[in-house]
Amino acid sequence: MYRSHVLVCGGTGCTSSGSQRIIDRLKKEIAANGLSEEVGVVKTGCFGLCALGPIMIVYPEGTFYSMVQEDDIPEIVAEHLLKGRIVTRLLYDETTKADKIIPLNETNFYKKQHRVALRNCGVINPENIEEYIGTGGYEALGVVLTEKTPEDVIQILLDSGLRGRGGAGFPTGLKWRFAAQNDADQKYVCCNADEGDPGAFMDRSILEGDPHAVLEAMAIAGYAIGASQGYIYVRAEYPIAVKRLEIAIGQAREYGLLGENIFDSGFNFDIELRLGAGAFVCGEETALMTSIEGNRGEPRPRPPFPALKGLFQKPTILNNVETFANIPQIIVNGPEWFASMGTEKSKGTKVFALGGKINNTGLVEVPMGTTLREIVEEIGGGIPNGKKFKAAQTGGPSGGCIPAEHLDVPIDYDNLKAIGSMMGSGGLIVMDEDTCMVDIAKFFLEFTVDESCGKCTPCRIGTRRMLEILEKITKGQAEMEDLDKLEELCRHLQSASLCALGQTAPNPVLSTLRYFRDEYIAHIVDKKCPAGVCKDLLHYRIDPDKCRGCTLCARICPADAIIGRVKEVHMINPEKCVKCGACMEKCRFGAIYKE
Amino acid sequence: MKSLEELHAIRKKMQGRVGVRAENENQIRVVVGMATCGIASGARPVLTALSDAVQEQNLSDKINVTQTGCIGLCQYEPIVEVIEPGREKVTYVKMTPEKALEVLRIHLIGGQVVAKYTLSAAQGNRTD
Repeated sequence: MYRSHVLVCGGTGCTSSGSQRIIDRLKKEIAANGLSEEVGVVKTGCFGLCALGPIMIVYPEGTFYSMVQEDDIPEIVAEHLLKGRIVTRLLYDETTKADKIIPLNETNFYKKQHRVALRNCGVINPENIEEYIGTGGYEALGVVLTEKTPEDVIQILLDSGLRGRGGAGFPTGLKWRFAAQNDADQKYVCCNADEGDPGAFMDRSILEGDPHAVLEAMAIAGYAIGASQGYIYVRAEYPIAVKRLEIAIGQAREYGLLGENIFDSGFNFDIELRLGAGAFVCGEETALMTSIEGNRGEPRPRPPFPALKGLFQKPTILNNVETFANIPQIIVNGPEWFASMGTEKSKGTKVFALGGKINNTGLVEVPMGTTLREIVEEIGGGIPNGKKFKAAQTGGPSGGCIPAEHLDVPIDYDNLKAIGSMMGSGGLIVMDEDTCMVDIAKFFLEFTVDESCGKCTPCRIGTRRMLEILEKITKGQAEMEDLDKLEELCRHLQSASLCALGQTAPNPVLSTLRYFRDEYIAHIVDKKCPAGVCKDLLHYRIDPDKCRGCTLCARICPADAIIGRVKEVHMINPEKCVKCGACMEKCRFGAIYKE
Repeated sequence: MKSLEELHAIRKKMQGRVGVRAENENQIRVVVGMATCGIASGARPVLTALSDAVQEQNLSDKINVTQTGCIGLCQYEPIVEVIEPGREKVTYVKMTPEKALEVLRIHLIGGQVVAKYTLSAAQGNRTD
């Protein structure tokens, strides 16, 4: 038994900044100081504050060390772990305000958060099933199997108001009821862990930090709909998540929490992993199931819906990782508890992966109804370098941009839809004034063109034509009527595409057109990019009044595009200029500007 | 896993251990002086005895056993301070693991200050 627990983040962010080396060194130093019996090192899932990784928390004090380097370890062990003296220079500066160490949950980043799906991330060792049980894990499954009927379980979910966290927001209880009502000799429970939106890492963090919560919920789902087999479809690009899932499934089988006759109830359930090869379209439910069946991951028309004919033509439910992670908590704490959080039509909390131009890049979980302003300015710590907020992108390639005027809209499924975006799986990318919205729309279109599976024409060809128009606009070659063509194409894709990938692909274009139409017009009519991003519309020039003829710019120009002699005004040759901006960055007199 | 009881047995065993990672302001804080003076006079066994007992008895959500540096009363080490929200701090001196467990039983669980081990008692004895 340990008197002190040192938790080191083993999530993807901190692992890439070297947390494994820190763990190894920590164990070595602890042993060298004779503390191996007293101090335990625990590798956990994501704490959320990825920007400050590698992160370490020492309990029972609750000391939060950020950006820990390997060389800091001997000091932490000798001072803090041995002698109880906190190494103040490594403390997260938010916790050291006013000369006093404040608890982590009172800092701006954590105080507005409410962790349900992430409750164990950064708290337990995800590779130890007993730690999960110690925080109340598998209680929900036990209660369900020994005390509730399948219909009870579905009713609890309906009462809780839980909606699918993968993006569409379909009521989970209803989905389960449809599958439960269809009789079949075999049914399936699938977990969608094919998180593919650029900038999204919510599901990944849950699988890495609390894999048993997902397994437990899938077993509950199996009981509710009458399925004995589950599949988790997870991206092969998530090696840590895959490894921890494998360990978790192995341990759950060993403890008899998966397998036959669980809790002596006669209920059998097992789970297998299926690794996705990284096609974005496999996050679409019918494509995902086609891929599990061993075929090429392409969507098929619905109906029939999976609840009737899903995997291997059998009734199937498919839920997202985060949806599952909420379910054991709903069973244990009751549907009223869950429904007390959030807004009228969107209950509970939502996890967001905060990225882009924001100080506290990381993973946050807030009650539905929290405003974008609270997330960006308070939890996210605002925008770096004093820049102005321009827009936030939610929902990835299927979502849209939310401009500054809607910063105070309470975030839930319906509000986001009303302002032309969508909840999506929870990626939230913040953009500042230096972002060109046409360029952003182009970026997402490039993504959908790459990821379109090619099965249906509107998506395969439509996205390509849309991208070509956007390229024309960013090159200054478009006419105003191209905008009409673009909007018409958007409508066709929305109504005629086979699956959600194509149906929602126009969203980034439509929402930027809605809120930033003037930027499109500036590109087309004035042949200018107001944010100074689109290179073809950009010209670097030298102000003759400011240039001193120091020749520095001419020497660093990689394209030899700057001409001029010592102590004479220099000039940029637009034919040769590659618009890299190196001259502007280096000029000591501020003589170079772009327009 | 055959029954909820079996699950609860594992949970009970683990709860105290995972509970070390709980933070709340209503916890009783038990602070053991672990500077050189404290360690030299035997603070480590006191700390581990308290920490183990609290975890074994599943009290870690209520009692937070932690360590600190030199309190400044080196001749009285090992020192254990008990800080309860809304009550005056109690300082126990010259602790041993046995005395510390007595403090746990009578004071931290029972609510009665063990007067004979406190700093004021020790100072009273000296002036006598």
